[in-house]
Amino acid sequence: MSEARIDVQVEHRHAPAPADKKHPNTCPKCGSHYRDDELEQALWVCSHCGHHFPMRARARIDWYTDEGSFSEDVADIRSDDPLDFFDLRPYTERLSEAELNTGLGEAIVVGQAAMDGHAVQLAVMDFAFMGGSMGRAVGEKLSRACDLAVERSVPLVAVTSSGGARMQEGILSLMQLPKTVCAVEELHDARLPLFMVMAHPTTAGVLASFASLGDVTIAEPGALIAFTGPRVVQQTTREKLPDDFGLAEQNLRFGHLDAIVPRPEQREYLLKLLRLWS
Amino acid sequence: MSTNDEEVNLRQRLSGLSRLPLLRGVRVSGEADRLEKQLERLKTDTTDEEIWESVELARHPERPYTLDYVARILDDWVELHGDRGRADDGALVTGVGRLDGRTIVLVGHQKGRDVKERLDRQFGMAYPEGYVKAMRVMEIAERFGFPVLSLVDTPGAYPGVAAEQHGQGGAIARSQAAMSRLTVPTVACIIGEGGSGGAVAIAVADRVLMQENAIYSVITPEGCAAILWRDAGEAKKAAAAFKPDARHCLELGVVDAIVAEPVGGAQTDHDQSARLLKGALVESLEELEDVPGDELRRRRRAKFRGMGVFA
Repeated sequence: MSEARIDVQVEHRHAPAPADKKHPNTCPKCGSHYRDDELEQALWVCSHCGHHFPMRARARIDWYTDEGSFSEDVADIRSDDPLDFFDLRPYTERLSEAELNTGLGEAIVVGQAAMDGHAVQLAVMDFAFMGGSMGRAVGEKLSRACDLAVERSVPLVAVTSSGGARMQEGILSLMQLPKTVCAVEELHDARLPLFMVMAHPTTAGVLASFASLGDVTIAEPGALIAFTGPRVVQQTTREKLPDDFGLAEQNLRFGHLDAIVPRPEQREYLLKLLRLWS
Repeated sequence: MSTNDEEVNLRQRLSGLSRLPLLRGVRVSGEADRLEKQLERLKTDTTDEEIWESVELARHPERPYTLDYVARILDDWVELHGDRGRADDGALVTGVGRLDGRTIVLVGHQKGRDVKERLDRQFGMAYPEGYVKAMRVMEIAERFGFPVLSLVDTPGAYPGVAAEQHGQGGAIARSQAAMSRLTVPTVACIIGEGGSGGAVAIAVADRVLMQENAIYSVITPEGCAAILWRDAGEAKKAAAAFKPDARHCLELGVVDAIVAEPVGGAQTDHDQSARLLKGALVESLEELEDVPGDELRRRRRAKFRGMGVFA
């Protein structure tokens, strides 16, 4: 009996990784594999097929902004646990794990910077921190980013990458929708623009709030942009889904985006907007 | 401490959180014993069982829906149809009517009673066209200075292919933005299910009320259970964890007051439920009517900006 058990373990140790568990540096679309430095060099875009790998918030900020110009705001805002939420694990445990794994205090990084000399306010989300979900801290930081843009009289450039509201904060996370909407309204009342970049994925509560209120909205190729994701739509309605359901390309066709801009061209695109609005 | 002191204490504690009287409409009904019973219930902490009871009552098939209330509390109701672009969404009704002598604009989710009506109204789940229609009548309200009332009762916005293609997320965002711009008084009441984005889309109001057995949540208990517990059957556990009941929403400052229901739930007596709701709506409007429009908007935005601010 015990021998059989050992055998199984040996088998498993040598079994090939299941097909859906690819190495993070392997392109899920074409299978090309890259070293870390190659991916970094290519802005985490597959040089073979153009697939956009996730890009971390700090890396994106470094790339968008003039060297040394970024200074972070409201970095000390952290989530707490208003409901003492416990699913399979306590929410506080998930939070500290996310902080350890990402080196970020929350799923959004806010700060001021210069882009080719243009002063801007930045708010960049990071999917690696609990799926970029928006709880009270993310809502507060995004709202403060709007306030700071108004205070400094500069445009706000925001990048979204989020699964939606953070369930662990219950109804308070839903309240971040009207909260961020009101913050963007104040920005618009001050006649300052919001330039929106939607990265994969931009869904649910984030799409249904500030992300949809950009003056100019662009998306990365292949990004999922949907209020309800394909799996839930399929399960609830049993409808047959179009091949490009919810993708940036479909959103462009239906008029929800101004453009799809591949990552390497985004900086130039944003600079053009900043010049036009300056 | 005497019972009376305790009651005063409790009222102060709860209204201190919301800065508004608790259990709206009770004054209208004038039934002191019910007030006492409700206060009694509020004194003890809500149990998981009670939370689940709210979920079931909020979804009760006999519960009054928006048009049941409209028929009982408004005079001269004129329903306005269509978004002037694509469709008329039956899941979200809009119109103009008179409430206690003043013309108001009303928007509200509408579920169906029988199978056919349920399908026609998509179980109260609106398409983007519904929210576009709501924004259209809000514009009418703003132009003519009519207050806006909204009655929220939806499991969520419709999760379908066409709804996505027509821009569900954007419609919900813009509907909230439209409400945050209004300079007329706005009062919302959650009268059943306040399901996620589809609910908050029409609930960015100066006063947000909630019926005693209504629920207001970021996701359905089943949806939350499916994601966090990987088992939709754990809905009860999920509901107990994210606490969508009225009492917790009041404590968290998400709603301003709770509207009383007849004993046993709103479904037991539609007329009585409507009287209580009407009293609460009128009372809320009276508080807002003398406030200048700019100030209303400023306070409304400040209120929602304050949701989830850290000490």
